[in-house]
Amino acid sequence: MFRFILNKLLLVVPTLIGITICSFMFVRLLPGDPILAMAGEHGVTPERYEILKEQFGYNAPIWQQYLNYLWTLAHGDFGVSIATKRSVISEFAVLFPATLELSFMAMLLAIIVGIPAGILAAVKRGTWLDHTTMGVALTGYSMPIFWWGLLLIIFFSGYLGWTPVSGRIGLQYFIKPTTGFLLVDTLLNGRWDAFVSALRYLILPSIALGTIPLAVIARQTRSAMLEVLGDDYVRTARAKGLSPARVIGVHALRNALIPVVTTIGLQVSTLIAGAILTETIFSWPGIGKWMVDSIFKRDYVAVQSGLLLISIVVMVFNLLIDLLYAVVNPRIRAA
Amino acid sequence: LILYGPNEFFDRKVKKCLACLIAHPRADEFREIKMKHRTLFAATLLMGTMLTATMANAKSLVYCSEAAPANFDPAITTGGNDFDASSRTIYSRLVEFSHGGTTLEAGLADKWEISADGKEYTFHLHPGVKFQTTSFFTPSRDLNADDVVFSFERQYKADNKWNTYMKDITYDYYQGMDMPKYIKEVVKVDDLTVKIVLTEPNAPMLANLGMDFASIMSKEYADKLQAAGTLEKLASEPVGTGPFQFVDYQVDSVIRYAAHPGYFKGKEKLDELIFAITPDASARMQKVLAGECDVMPYPNPADIAALKANKDVVLMQQAGLNVGYMSYNTTQAPFDKVEVRKALNMAINKKALIESLFGGGGAMEATNLIPPTMWSYNKDVKDDAYDVEAAKKVLAANGVTAIDLWASDKFRPYNPSFQRAAELIQQDWAAVGVKATIKTLEWTEYRKEGKKADRPGAFQIGWTGDNGDPDNFFATLFSCSAVGVSNYSSWCNKEFEDVIQKAKVTSDIAERTKLYEQAQVIFKREAPAFTLDHSQVYSVTNKKVTGFMMDPLGIHRFDGVDKSE
Repeated sequence: MFRFILNKLLLVVPTLIGITICSFMFVRLLPGDPILAMAGEHGVTPERYEILKEQFGYNAPIWQQYLNYLWTLAHGDFGVSIATKRSVISEFAVLFPATLELSFMAMLLAIIVGIPAGILAAVKRGTWLDHTTMGVALTGYSMPIFWWGLLLIIFFSGYLGWTPVSGRIGLQYFIKPTTGFLLVDTLLNGRWDAFVSALRYLILPSIALGTIPLAVIARQTRSAMLEVLGDDYVRTARAKGLSPARVIGVHALRNALIPVVTTIGLQVSTLIAGAILTETIFSWPGIGKWMVDSIFKRDYVAVQSGLLLISIVVMVFNLLIDLLYAVVNPRIRAA
Repeated sequence: LILYGPNEFFDRKVKKCLACLIAHPRADEFREIKMKHRTLFAATLLMGTMLTATMANAKSLVYCSEAAPANFDPAITTGGNDFDASSRTIYSRLVEFSHGGTTLEAGLADKWEISADGKEYTFHLHPGVKFQTTSFFTPSRDLNADDVVFSFERQYKADNKWNTYMKDITYDYYQGMDMPKYIKEVVKVDDLTVKIVLTEPNAPMLANLGMDFASIMSKEYADKLQAAGTLEKLASEPVGTGPFQFVDYQVDSVIRYAAHPGYFKGKEKLDELIFAITPDASARMQKVLAGECDVMPYPNPADIAALKANKDVVLMQQAGLNVGYMSYNTTQAPFDKVEVRKALNMAINKKALIESLFGGGGAMEATNLIPPTMWSYNKDVKDDAYDVEAAKKVLAANGVTAIDLWASDKFRPYNPSFQRAAELIQQDWAAVGVKATIKTLEWTEYRKEGKKADRPGAFQIGWTGDNGDPDNFFATLFSCSAVGVSNYSSWCNKEFEDVIQKAKVTSDIAERTKLYEQAQVIFKREAPAFTLDHSQVYSVTNKKVTGFMMDPLGIHRFDGVDKSE
């Protein structure tokens, strides 16, 4: 087990270096220029442009800029955003809990709905129930988030008026962030009404963000269940006269869940990618929206360090999933 | 949980843990902590109830803004959303633009004199102007000349500590409005008198002082921050003299303001002003329709018709202080010939072009460079008539068959799609025998390439006014000194230049009006550019809001706004 963890950790270092190169290069490959983007409609005189370029250090050759970047990173300094002048790490720290909260709820939704739907489809294989569930899942998987999100807003908020349109909590609530997770902060403050409000604001974005993972999980659960249901030990369990619920819920499901757990782990990156669109539509103050804004402003520092931080998060999650997988499936540990 | 099944999980973990808690040797300690928590809990609950109670009576207005402000220092930011959130709420200036217009009125200065040579501006400050008292600062004195001197000196004195109070800040508007060239010094005469000394007369200076970057900050607050070594708080915890004071900002989400009780023009009727940052225009519209916000800027052009028909909301519109145009490089053949430029203009069906770009009522055809809402607009200037036959003849005679036509990917208020406009113009020009090749570039690259003096072809661009002064259009866009900077036509015409330079140093408005009217005649005659449109700008409010006005400068102000229950 220890060697397994060590192996995984050693892989992190080259991955991180690769990510710094990618994030550093990609943002510079985009056409555009942070100095001109910053100057707004006015533009700058050529002389002043040169002065600013010097000041920001964009005059140096690109490899030197990259080494400078690595050097500051090595000192734990993620830099200061060109647009807002705040340190990237503090912006990230403020915005990340919002994304985590949303992703968590989206994942929860995906698991709670996706797994039972998959089981149902597998058990009722070939019936109209199976076809409908899987058809819906496929539709959900293929739906562009920005379109789906807007559709949800127009129907549930606009037409029915059941949910708020966008934002994170009712504006009458003024909760100072302690943990950054509003569901937690409201309870810490003992504000039950604010908690309910925060929950209401989470519904639509969670659905929008959770739809794709939900579809994936449902389909994965179904195929894993189908495989397991045909196995000998399931037949044995049935032959023993166990109730169908126990056969499916305990004997089959526990074994079918192993690939499902992997799938869930892989959805972390899907969630981060989806968060970019979801957060923009639902005015959700998270890192996805922040990255989009930074890219438009050609905020090199925020984009390169932000991407790095997000990648670290994804890697940590993947590592955790690997470990969890090892715990769940003893065969991995041995290998 | 799922893996073990609920019962097994409870058995294995929870029971064990409960047992350990009960039998724990320090159980008493736990109980004590629990008690403490309960008291704390009760206290917060009480505070929470009190807060809700006070808020229920407060009159608050929610503005769904289009983007998060970069920070709250209006001198180092450039976006309209930055200004709405800082300068127009928190700060005041020496002079102010009239609400909904571009004429200047008294701000922090009650009155001012301009010396005979036009080089000295003396401002008399309103006595007893209070700075805002916030949770992070309590002012000990009223506004005085030191604050004014500080607000300007930090922008131009390189040795001023505040010139570089954060990493890589730039005073873009101070530079962009050419202030370093004109301002010699800002001097305190006495506590309530300030003198701004110029290097040369410059009539638009007064209008510049009404702009966002000229907002007046508290020197006392700056000194306090400097002593504490937290200079960067000037941009995150702002203190000003304006109608609303800063309460809280949750990054990318909500900005809260409260009415400034000591506001020198009288406390506002709204107790609370909230900016709910909502970048997506469709979501913004849904929020207004659902009653989640009271005012929103910039609806989707596609939604205008539906909003107009909706009885529950008020759609406000105003001709924006902007112009969309297309610059010919007048130093390059064949565009060095006036008749060629005019013929190209005549070949374009402007009416159809605008109709297709903006839909009905989105924009008006531009005849002059300045919009009709601006003073000195010349009504007598006639636009080049749409005349395909005449254009064809001139272009054939001059052998014009090919042309580069530039387009960018960015949405601008004066042109929703350069690309689409380019395609339509391409068709019009094809009809007169000129083949246009469309060149598309990313927005910042686009302007960088476009302003090069040897750039070939016709370049689509536009402008949104800063200060409501005609000089801000004529001199910024077509003066000789703007060649290579923002004169995309590289057009340096002696007659035009003389007129606008004379207008710049004349302080008499009537005389300046005459000169600018003349400049418009020359401009149309020489046709350095194709003037496309002045677009309409829209805002939506719900029916409870009163006193909200659209502003030609594109700012959103909430002083004087009220809300009925």
